[in-house]
Amino acid sequence: MAYWHIDLLAYFIVMKFDKLTSTCVPLPIENVDTDQIIPARFLKATTREGFGDNLFADWRYDKEGKPLANFVLNNPLYKNAEILVAGKNFGSGSSREHAAWAIAGYGFRVVISSFFADIFRNNALNNFVLPVIVSEGFLAELFADIEKDPQTTVSIDLEKQTITNNSSGKSESFEINGYKKNCLLNGYDDIDFLLSNKSLIETWESSK
Amino acid sequence: MTTLFDKIWDAHVITKVEDGPTQLYIDRHFCHEVTSPQAFDGLRKKGLKVFRPDKTTATPDHNIPTENQDKPIQDPVSKFQVDTLTRNCEEFGITLYGLGHKKNGVVHVVGPENGLTQPGMTIVCGDSHTSTHGAFGSIAFGIGTSEVEMVLASQCILQSRPKTMRINFTGELKPGVTSKDMALYMISKLTTGGATGYFVEYAGEAIRNLSMEGRMTLCNLSIEMGARGGLIAPDEVTFEYVKGREFAPKGEEWDKALAYWKTLKTDEGAKFDREITFNASEIEPMITYGTNPGMGMAINDSIPTLDQIDEAGRISFEKSLEYMGFKPGEKLIGKSIDYVFLGSCTNGRIEDFRLFADFVKGKKKADNVIVWLVPGSWQVEEQIRKEGLDKILNEAGFVLRQPGCSACLAMNEDKVPAGKYAVSTSNRNFEGRQGPGARTLLASPLVAAAAAITGKITDPRSL
Repeated sequence: MAYWHIDLLAYFIVMKFDKLTSTCVPLPIENVDTDQIIPARFLKATTREGFGDNLFADWRYDKEGKPLANFVLNNPLYKNAEILVAGKNFGSGSSREHAAWAIAGYGFRVVISSFFADIFRNNALNNFVLPVIVSEGFLAELFADIEKDPQTTVSIDLEKQTITNNSSGKSESFEINGYKKNCLLNGYDDIDFLLSNKSLIETWESSK
Repeated sequence: MTTLFDKIWDAHVITKVEDGPTQLYIDRHFCHEVTSPQAFDGLRKKGLKVFRPDKTTATPDHNIPTENQDKPIQDPVSKFQVDTLTRNCEEFGITLYGLGHKKNGVVHVVGPENGLTQPGMTIVCGDSHTSTHGAFGSIAFGIGTSEVEMVLASQCILQSRPKTMRINFTGELKPGVTSKDMALYMISKLTTGGATGYFVEYAGEAIRNLSMEGRMTLCNLSIEMGARGGLIAPDEVTFEYVKGREFAPKGEEWDKALAYWKTLKTDEGAKFDREITFNASEIEPMITYGTNPGMGMAINDSIPTLDQIDEAGRISFEKSLEYMGFKPGEKLIGKSIDYVFLGSCTNGRIEDFRLFADFVKGKKKADNVIVWLVPGSWQVEEQIRKEGLDKILNEAGFVLRQPGCSACLAMNEDKVPAGKYAVSTSNRNFEGRQGPGARTLLASPLVAAAAAITGKITDPRSL
């Protein structure tokens, strides 16, 4: 298919994703909604930057804005982790892409869960954050391993579509459609693809 | 034999990407101030124009105050965001129903009441409650800002084809039970992620008997069980609602459109990936007790006990009840509440105000409750006055505010204080949704009206 307009794309600064090995931040809560990921009062910005500081704001800071010691993002044991591990149905609720910007802005490049809400999943992918769906068993074991040893690492290989818990040595394969995988591996942009079909769009319009 | 969803989807396919999503043409795009600025910025950075400016309509709603809209917005950050929408619409040639415009209001109220929402369309907006428009027999769903940019740039979107689900509501609703209760009942059965990956068609006798407003409320809440969207086959109720509205087809165009719209139904024998049936006559007035819309129950029931909850979900369940200040097994009926909110894209339409006004007629507002009545749009507000509902409300001790999203997500000044209880006709009871620490109990306009009169959680049928 002739939809990779690499000459056009070279013009833009793009991100990519191929492999990652990192420690994890565990968040073993189910149904984490987008209002928790980024509360509505922080949606007034008109740029994509700066949302990472307010990721999980109401769980992370007290009323005066001081970090709450019992919230996992404030625990120095999990500092610099690039993977968030969350309970099932992560990202339900609003379509706000600010949730994905907050997660990317904080420095997460992967979110692992057994189930994601649809819109969040798309938003994450459009921001080069990889949502990885694992089995309930894999997730439960990973939470247990991280609890035992916060330095537990996970490796993700997008090309091979595999995820490995390096503590237990267990691996699973994960699903992603071929188109989006290529976009992530190569840093491609959807708009270029859509506009490469301009004549098809115009033909469709004139047929109505 | 195909489903209604398949018919509309197939009619909008530009191309299917191999091992990937479908490029889908979008007939109507709605825009508001919160999820669009970064998309317009993206266009500017790439040197792109809006591909079909006549297919996008914008209205600020999330941030706007519900008092003194004739004066400048007090919050400078909100003001900047609303002004940014105005500037973007001017620069890119998009129709804007700005603050002070007689068509301004909540985007999902404005689209239908002006005839911009029509059967058979594909409709998107950077807002998850875009599913509302499915009530007209359209494929309507919420999108992220990167996708808003895609639609502005190409009038198309890349989407994976969802699975299909049909939810049948047989039988008739009991008096005092509304489509909001149908939705909260359905979500409590299916859970907040129970329809993720699906596009839902609502069918059955109880659906046919709903007004357009009732259908919009139900479709609006499809996203709260994770569904991509929900739709209802158009019928005479739909055509009657659309006919004569400003952007509805007229004359010969109307006849042509109507002939097409009448074909928009699921063929007999068409297969859905999943099919569920509920008996509408079993539904009671509902209320939520937790921090997601799936945590709902009949208003006279008790909150589940711990042993009724799956082991994996117990931490979340306990965390949720702790936030709400409730105990497992507890009843909510008779509990004092502090706030009532009538409004939002879920229940901010004329019928909702008729229900509320009819209920409170001749009664008095409870002194201990602060009540915010926020029409979904200026056209709803005008209709309220035309029907004299404002007088009934005033006599009962209520005051109307100006239209906007208001306390549904508390981006403006309408915030419920920490620890306070609000009976709300909106769509989400998430932690902090109506203000940091606010405790939301989702319910119908009737349950909200009963709470506004007694100051307590009350079964509206008992008054």
